[in-house]
Amino acid sequence: MNRADFPLLADRPGLHYLDSAASSQKPAAVLEAMRVFYETSYANPHRGAYELAVAATDRYHAARETVARFVGVADSACLLFTRGTTESLNLVAATWGRAAVQPGDEIIVTRLEHHANFVPWQLLAAERGATFRIAEMTDDGRLDLDSLRAQLGPRTRLVAVTHVSNALGSITPLADVVPLVRRLAPNAAIVVDGAQAVPHLTVDFDALDVDFYAFSGHKMLGPTGIGVLIGRRAMLEAMPPYQTGGDMIEVVGDDHTTWNILPHKFEAGTPNVGDAVGLAAAVDYLTDVGMAEVRWHERALTELASERLAAIPGVRIYGPPAAERSGVVSFSLAEVHPHDLATILDQDGVCIRAGQHCAQPLLRRLGVGATARASFYIYNDAADVEALVQGVLKAQALFVGVGH
Amino acid sequence: MSATELILTHYRRPHNRGTLDAPDGVATRLNPLCGEQLTVGVRLVDGRVGDIRFDGESCSIGRASASMMTDLVRGLDVDAIAALTARVRALVDGDPVAAADPALGDLRALAAIARTPARAPCALLAWDALRDALDNARDNARDNARDNARDNARDNARDNALDEARRKAVLAARVADGLP
Repeated sequence: MNRADFPLLADRPGLHYLDSAASSQKPAAVLEAMRVFYETSYANPHRGAYELAVAATDRYHAARETVARFVGVADSACLLFTRGTTESLNLVAATWGRAAVQPGDEIIVTRLEHHANFVPWQLLAAERGATFRIAEMTDDGRLDLDSLRAQLGPRTRLVAVTHVSNALGSITPLADVVPLVRRLAPNAAIVVDGAQAVPHLTVDFDALDVDFYAFSGHKMLGPTGIGVLIGRRAMLEAMPPYQTGGDMIEVVGDDHTTWNILPHKFEAGTPNVGDAVGLAAAVDYLTDVGMAEVRWHERALTELASERLAAIPGVRIYGPPAAERSGVVSFSLAEVHPHDLATILDQDGVCIRAGQHCAQPLLRRLGVGATARASFYIYNDAADVEALVQGVLKAQALFVGVGH
Repeated sequence: MSATELILTHYRRPHNRGTLDAPDGVATRLNPLCGEQLTVGVRLVDGRVGDIRFDGESCSIGRASASMMTDLVRGLDVDAIAALTARVRALVDGDPVAAADPALGDLRALAAIARTPARAPCALLAWDALRDALDNARDNARDNARDNARDNARDNARDNALDEARRKAVLAARVADGLP
């Protein structure tokens, strides 16, 4: 619906970009905002006592406010800029995790996690002598609430859960999960991987009642290299710092150093102000479109693509029904390896992902080595779905033969 | 036959697919990006590949490359296989000379993959597994040689001890018989 706003897509009318779950394209508004910032207001924030540095600092703070409003964070100092979801999650594991998790504690992740919300906790459990557990997935790719319930208890110190599965698009019902964890595991912190949620759904952190929430800029029309970690103030204040250096200190004595206030305590070094400005522009763009509209548009495309693909003999779609997924269709085609399918589609300008989607534990549970994944965003339309369907039929004709 | 048809022919009816009984060396390689898995087993005769099999889950490129490889490396020694593997790598990287090299046989059909570098690891997976299998065969041979040498030394020592005991027994019997 907004293809003309995206220079790369506008420039290549034949391109069908169906890999937004991996990364999104960028609207001109984002590129322009960054260019104008560098051309008119750039200096090192927080340092210079001159007018230009003050302008850069203001832009950095304004970006934080904009992003905080977008994801429902009233206390914007609790919204930290990081390099991305991966760094956000590793930050929590390295600081809160090392300080809080004790031998004998239990860490629970889910079968649906991206490796970035799985491996840090697996490592942390091994390092701290904690028990690592996996809440299982149902046959249709949802979090198995019975499995989660059975594993929660007084020793549970952490529950790491994705808001939306990157491999299948399954939306986690946090409104059910969070109260369950709070009731059965009162000592548990809840960490949510929102990398696939914030770009596609309305997210209200303050209403979620979780402890940490992470997401990336590049999947939501923003630049690469910037992401967010939101945390509860009390927890962030109690946590040791992640990296140390400039900006994050208060007093550096010869023997002892004290930390700056939030958010600076967790933002060592020169802030990534240029990308923060770009992310804020992306948020403004999404706000103008409206997240309800984004969701509606993607849901319509996901339902259309699922229906059309399911009508092809040999196609198997993974995950819950289309209405319960974000804009993701993960599927396989009998007798055609997903990798081959991706190459055939690429010949007609259709970009999809093939493989394990950084979710090996999930694919093991599905019992498949790889899937093909098409994922949608606001710049996709029914023509992209049609190109995908035609490409799948073409691959089938090539590998299996015409008329099968 | 076009390159695509050649690849699809090897994909549908791969050569030397299966598991080798009593291989000298065997290795499995994974491609974590796409979930491919390939196992190669070799039996060596006088340092040359006498028999070879491959098995596993892979795409058309991976399976076709493995199938073509098993045809080409039979009768080659480790050095010749290393040289051939380097040619395949060049082919996959887009080297036009390699793409025209008759020594590469059906593998030349994979030349077009240079346009999709993401697929290169698929084409090279079998070759990497073969190198590992040859390393494994070398290690096994070394271990066997060491074990044999140790067994031999142990047997010799035991035989020597036995001989010594027997000699002493004979001597003792002679002494008992009052013979000098």
